[in-house]
Formats: sequence, C-alpha cells, structure tokens
Amino acid sequence: MDVELFIKQIINSLNTGSIYALVAIGYTMVYGIIRLINFAHGEIMMFGAYFAFIIATSIPVGLPFFVIVLVSMALAALMGILTEKIAYKKLRTAPRISALITAIGMSLFLQNLAQLIFGANPKVMPQVISNEPIMFGNIAVPQVMMYTISMSIGIMILLTLFVKKTRAGKAMRAVSQDKEAAMLMGININGIISLTFAIGSALGALGGIFYSIAYSQVYPTLGVMTGLKAFIAAVFGGIGNIGGAMIGGYAIGFIETMTKGYISSRWSDAIVFGVLILILLFKPSGILGKNVKEKV
Amino acid sequence: MKKLLVLALTLSTVFLLSACGSSTDSVKLGVIGPLTGDYSMYGLAVENGAKLAAEEINAAGGVLGLDLEIIAYDSKGDPTEGVNAYNRLRDEDEIDALIGGTFSGVTLAIKELAKEDNMPVLTPTATNPDVTLEADNVFRACYTDSYQGTVAAVFANESSEIGASKAAVLYNRDDAYSEGLAMAFIAEFETRGTVVETLTFGAGDDDYSSVLDVIAASDAEVVFLPGYVAEVGAILTQADNKAIDIPFVGGDGWDGIEADYASVAEGNYFGNHYAKSDEAQVVVDFVANYEASFGDSPNALAALAYDAVYAMVAAMEAAESTDADLVIAALAGLDYQNAVTGSIRFDANGDPIKSITMIQIVSGEHLVIDKVEGS
Repeated sequence: MDVELFIKQIINSLNTGSIYALVAIGYTMVYGIIRLINFAHGEIMMFGAYFAFIIATSIPVGLPFFVIVLVSMALAALMGILTEKIAYKKLRTAPRISALITAIGMSLFLQNLAQLIFGANPKVMPQVISNEPIMFGNIAVPQVMMYTISMSIGIMILLTLFVKKTRAGKAMRAVSQDKEAAMLMGININGIISLTFAIGSALGALGGIFYSIAYSQVYPTLGVMTGLKAFIAAVFGGIGNIGGAMIGGYAIGFIETMTKGYISSRWSDAIVFGVLILILLFKPSGILGKNVKEKV
Repeated sequence: MKKLLVLALTLSTVFLLSACGSSTDSVKLGVIGPLTGDYSMYGLAVENGAKLAAEEINAAGGVLGLDLEIIAYDSKGDPTEGVNAYNRLRDEDEIDALIGGTFSGVTLAIKELAKEDNMPVLTPTATNPDVTLEADNVFRACYTDSYQGTVAAVFANESSEIGASKAAVLYNRDDAYSEGLAMAFIAEFETRGTVVETLTFGAGDDDYSSVLDVIAASDAEVVFLPGYVAEVGAILTQADNKAIDIPFVGGDGWDGIEADYASVAEGNYFGNHYAKSDEAQVVVDFVANYEASFGDSPNALAALAYDAVYAMVAAMEAAESTDADLVIAALAGLDYQNAVTGSIRFDANGDPIKSITMIQIVSGEHLVIDKVEGS
C-alpha cells in the first residue's frame, strides 16, 4: 500500500466531498423549510460559476479571489430568491408533486437560458487561484484544493453557528418544524424562506465556483451531474438535516474518489448509487434523518 | 434583320458546342464535403486546400498538358446528399477522379457506387477503417486512428526527448476515437516496454484528480492521453495543479490546444498531420499561399486536401493518362514525397504509410520535434 498515494486520495476525497457538501446544504435547507426538492439548485450552482467567470474575465484589473467569490455568491443568492418568488411561492399550498415538477421545469429553463446566453461550448475558467501547488513533504496539494477544503469547512461551521445561535437561525428551525405555529409566533415566514434560498444558493454558487476553477471549465450542464450527486448526498445524510448534508457530501466524495483511485473510474457512479440504495434500504430517512411518523 | 438573327443563333450554337467540346479538354477532380451548415468549416477547408493545389498546378502547366479543374459540391455532412453530389459529379460533370468525401460517413456511402463505377477515389480526411477496405479504387491521404496510436507508441519509446520504457494510458472510454488510439498504443508499446497503468474516464467526468494521482504514483515515464481539446485541457490543468511532471503525449485531437491551454500544455507532445511552424519549404509555401488566397491559416484538413490533389495528379502523370484503371494502379504504386503532411505511399488497403509530425508545445507554439513512421 502506497501511503503517499493514499493521503493524496484522502485530500482528493475531501476536495470533491467539500463541493458536494456545499451544494447538498442548499438542497437540504430548502427541503427542510418548504418540503421541496429544488431541482433547479444545480443550475444555480452552474450560474454561480458563470458569474465568477464573467467577473474574472470582463474586469481587466485582476480582482482578488475573495471579491469575485463574494459578488458571485450575492448574485446567486438573488437568483435563488427570485426563483422562489417567481416559481415556487404560489405553489406553497399546492400538492407537492406540482412544486416538484415546477422545480424540474425551472432547472431545464435555467439550463437552456445559460446555453442561450453563453453558448453550449465549455468556457475556460481563468486561473484566479495560483496554480503553484503547496508542498507537504512529497505531497503536492493544489492551492485550489486548499481553498476549497478550508473555506468549505469554515463556512459550514459558520452556518451551523448561525442556525444554532442566532435569532434568524432559531426562526428558521421553527419554520421547518411547523410553519403555521411559527407564523402565529410572529415569525416572518416569507422572509425566512427567502433567507433560506439565499443562503442555499450562495453556498451552491461557491461549490460551483470551486468546481469550475479546479476542473478549469464552465458549461451549461455543469450543474446536472454534480447537482444530482449533491442531492444524493443530502438524501444519504438525511434530507432536511444540515449536518447530514455535510456528512453525506463527504461520504459521497470519499466513495467516488476512492473507487476511481483504487477500483476503476468505470465503477464510481455505480458504487455511489449502489451505496445510496443500501443506505435507504436499511435507514430510509438517511444517516442523520429522523423517523417522522406520517400523520394519519 | 431575320438573317442577322439566324446568324446570331448559329454563331451562339457554335460557341455553345465549342464550349462543350473544350470542357473535355480539362482534367476534372470532384470534391465532396459539407460546404454549408454546422460542419462547413471542415468542407470549406477541404475545398480551399484542393483549389489552391489546382491553381498552383495550372500555373505550372497543368496535368498531362491539360488544365486541372476542381468541382466542389455540398454534402452537408449527410450521406444521402453526398451520394447525390457524387451522381451529379459523375453524370453531369464527368469527373476523372474524386477527392472526398470529407467525412467518413459520406465517404462510406459513396464507396459502393464508386466501386461499381471504378472511380479513382482519394479521400483527404475520412479516418474510419472501413473506408478503404475491399475497394481497390479507394485510397486516403490521412492516417487512420489506430495508426496514430501506433506512431505515438514508437515516438514515446524511441525519441530522445522521452525514451520511455514504462507508459501509462488514460483514455475516454465513451469515445471510439480515443479508445481506438489507446488500444493501438498499448498493442505497440507492449512490444517495446510495459504499460504500467491503463485508466479511463467517462464523457461526463470533470474530476480527474484521483486517476492523475494514480499515474503520478506509478513509475510511468510517459502518459498517453488521446482525446479532444476540451477534456485534454482540463486534464492537463489538473495535472499542472498537482505538479505532475511526466510528459503527456496525444494525437491530432489536441490540435488547437495552445489557444486556451498554452501554459498547462507547455512541454507536452502530440502527433498531427502537419505543423504550421514546420520549416520545410513545401509547408512554408503552402501556409503562405493559403493565407494569401483565403485570409486565414490552413488547418490540417486543408493541408490534407491540398496533398490529395497533388498525389492524384502525380498518379495521373505516372499513368500518363486519366484512364481509371491506369490511375488506380498508379495510385497503388505511388510514392509521393514532397507533401505538406509527410510523404504518401499506400499499403495494400489504400491507407497511407506516412510520417506523423510530432509536435511539442513550447511557449504556446508548435515546435516540430520529429517525423515518425509507424512501421
């Protein structure tokens, strides 16, 4: 067993896992609040990457990485709020299947919108992070991976604190438990839902930006497969549970990378989806999901 | 007045007849390619390359003392349209030989008809292996996919720049082109050294970090990476981010990589039909004349069409006739040295045995390292 290679694969796993976790949080938060699987989330991630691409290529002065990231995240947050206001708000009391189909429609709409605006060909993401790797002994770690892993973990800690400690976080939890009761307590439901979409979309966009920098390209279908895997991560961890989405993201990243590294890249998707089926067979609500009794 | 009219009519008829008569006094080559639509960049390159060759040949006295005429028809990349174009070339224009089709699919559709007609066919660009099989009259100017893989293995093993005895192969399992090159590379390299890792990726993959780390951890001295620019660029970027300094070698799918990925492709190698920066006189002249005539720089397809016309003319000169049987026999025995895309002679199938130009990317430019032949 090559220890060095194994450590490298762990780092690769953390990198892909971080991206899945960031995107999975958006799925899980929205589901937690309005019980909607927001299939357009992968497209928000894709647009986040395009925002960063536009900012990085159109402004001649080399903006610092953090500025690019913050502006793109803000734009994506706005986009998330808008999709909710336009497409989902009216369907809050409609059967869940209607909202789900609307979400799929939104996803296709945004994908085609991106194709219309940017064209179908992949755009090359400029190297906004230095491509000089950081050496730990013999192990070269790309700087973009360092950024991805450290910023993702940092943001996830902040998010957890936000949800646990702040008033808005408390309100968010209250809405996810019982919307009507929360409203009776004087919580601004619309505001909380918008906030949830904003946070989820901003984190998704961050995932998209890291994805497109690490893999050097941005294209209209970027969010499809990654979004699907992040959704699986959210289900894997227990949809509706933020901690579960993080664990699920890293688990999927780990399984995928290790399969590619030690078995064959041919098998990676099959094994990821296979594990999902197994988890759901034995624990239908996901790893951290609570068993909610259906009201009769 | 009436007399004048009759005279005019008579005269014009005479002119018309003589015009018909004179048209048989030229040698006609048909060209079929997608001249309109999504793929028109390929067809137009072929048409331009062929026309440039014809202009030069005519300026130098033509072929067999006659003018050379290029008649190009649109296939839109569609086999049915291609067959229509072929029928028109044969029946209306009475071509002596065909340069085309441009795409493998169109060429395969034309092949059976051309075989019945015993039409000498030299396709500049159809790479599908079946194009030349079981058809003595069909030849091609470009090498096949598997030939590229073989040559890359020879280069990786024998060149002084790499000289590897251990290789890793990374290919796109969802793409016949990539897989074809990879299989041929492995078959050839195994006779010279060992292939220590054979890894694949899928069409939808973006994350190559774990397979790249496996390659870095192996003792491979070269990585063979057949693919197209979009995926190769992403892979080389990630390899660069990981400071993997094993040389990568690719095929003609890499052509144009320097546009977007010059810094990450720096120092790596690929095989192509020709290099624009080649200092051989024939290449320098070709690039200069092409740019003067058409305003943009010629791609590999234009170079292949240009060579195909010259090779066909050389065969006609050798046969001292445009008689189909004689031309086909002359093509089979042709050894055309002074081509832009390397010397052309044909094997028993009608596939070229030609050198492939191995290019290194240095400071975003194509540097010609070597010209390598597969066997």
